[in-house]
Amino acid sequence: MISWSGVVAQVTELALAVLLAPLLTGWVNQCRAWLQNKSGPGLLRPYRTIRKLFAKDAVIATNASAVFRTAPYVVFACMLVAAAIVPTLATDLPFSIAADAIALVGIFALARVFISLAAMDVGTAFGSLGARREMMIGFLAEPALLMVLFTASLISQSTSLATTVERLARMEFAIFPSLAFAGVAFTMVSLAENARIPVDNPATHLELTMIHEAMVLEYSARHLALIEWAASLKLFVYSCIGISIFFPFGISQGGDPLGFAYALPALVFKLAVGGALLAVIETVSAKMRIFRAPEFLGTAFMLAVLALLIHALLET
Amino acid sequence: MITAAFANQIINLFAAVMLLLAFAMLAQRRVLSLIDLFAMQGLVLTLSTGFVAYTTGQTHLWFSAGITFALKVVLLPWILYRLIRQLDVKWDVEGLINIPTTMLIGIVLVILSFNVALPISQIAGTITKGTLGIALASVLLAFLMMITRSKAVPQVIGFLAMENGLFFAATAATYGMPMVVELGIALDVLVGVVILGVFFFQIRERFDSLDIRHLEKLKEE
Repeated sequence: MISWSGVVAQVTELALAVLLAPLLTGWVNQCRAWLQNKSGPGLLRPYRTIRKLFAKDAVIATNASAVFRTAPYVVFACMLVAAAIVPTLATDLPFSIAADAIALVGIFALARVFISLAAMDVGTAFGSLGARREMMIGFLAEPALLMVLFTASLISQSTSLATTVERLARMEFAIFPSLAFAGVAFTMVSLAENARIPVDNPATHLELTMIHEAMVLEYSARHLALIEWAASLKLFVYSCIGISIFFPFGISQGGDPLGFAYALPALVFKLAVGGALLAVIETVSAKMRIFRAPEFLGTAFMLAVLALLIHALLET
Repeated sequence: MITAAFANQIINLFAAVMLLLAFAMLAQRRVLSLIDLFAMQGLVLTLSTGFVAYTTGQTHLWFSAGITFALKVVLLPWILYRLIRQLDVKWDVEGLINIPTTMLIGIVLVILSFNVALPISQIAGTITKGTLGIALASVLLAFLMMITRSKAVPQVIGFLAMENGLFFAATAATYGMPMVVELGIALDVLVGVVILGVFFFQIRERFDSLDIRHLEKLKEE
């Protein structure tokens, strides 16, 4: 049954994700700049970039096909759907029955396939180089992400993210070694998936190292704006998955408006802390060679599988 | 006083960290970090033995915790560090199989040992029964490390880590072995490392390297 408070929660949550996502990116960049003793571009830089890009005229290569033109919209839509099913403020989300945790991974994969196709579409060397690397990282990161989500699902006995988070939040305090392992694995996967430092460097256009930036080199104006916005949304959604699975306290359960008012500051606080931690990780670690990435993600996969096994052995 | 459920959770946590460290040793490339990881595993073992001693009131476990600390956290790492300095072997560890494959084999081993240990731990009446599978897994993982490494020092660390796993299994299944047996094993391990240390020097003098693949050739040149 769909309740009014659920619809309100769903709409607020989606709007919040779309509006706050660039702020999170800005916050991470700002923290990184502070840690490197720079003054930093300011928190609102991503918004200004997006506005500037929307005002410009799009330049498209003459041999670009429809895939190239539609990909930004598809990617942005995928991230919107993902943002809609991840519970951030409340667990009573009418839209969450549309897709569970497994489908969520599939939605991320859809976005990845489209952006890779678009990168190869124009036929430049950088585009296909980036696309190949992205697919390699993706195929290594996906099983690990699935295993992490499965661990949470096993503990809560449901693959629906909203139900999982609700049960985890209601659970009385207990030490779950499996969740700790899964948390570390999830952090590693999200670093790889969001093109952050040990795997990819979001701030560089140096041809030998870039992955994500190589794929979007051909884009300009509104297309680029959508892609940047989608990348911010992806980071936001990943952070929210991590927060709601591993630190679910404070999230509003059911449809009480009071819990809702309490959940918003809690979410913003947790996101700020998470963003600062991400900046610290990025500052203290060095970018890996691309062929070390399989080892990094293999470790993440191993940790996630261990989490599953430990749950099966110790916590049943 | 701690409740039984909470004590169980703490012991499970120690067991999980134990398993994690076993995997970390399997994945580690540098010899010096390998020794640090071994010392950390010893520390976790000490803490978990001490915790079991505290919750069950078995006094002899306090002694074995003390022995573990003195031997595996302080003495053996120190001896190994000194050996490495004297032999001047700080190279990266060469594995026979690459690291991701080793870890996949490791996961298979963990599944195997969990399966094997499940019926046994159902019979055991100790509060630590769930951890038997993990103890068995750390023994097998250390064994795997001995098999996949081609240099002598990592093999010895693998041997010592195997002893850690056995010790953990003993605490998990029966609240530790009798005092005499524990003392005997501790002495054995110590003497073993000293003798192997002498071996290192002999191997290096003969072949100019610590790669034990040289030992497979039986012919005199």
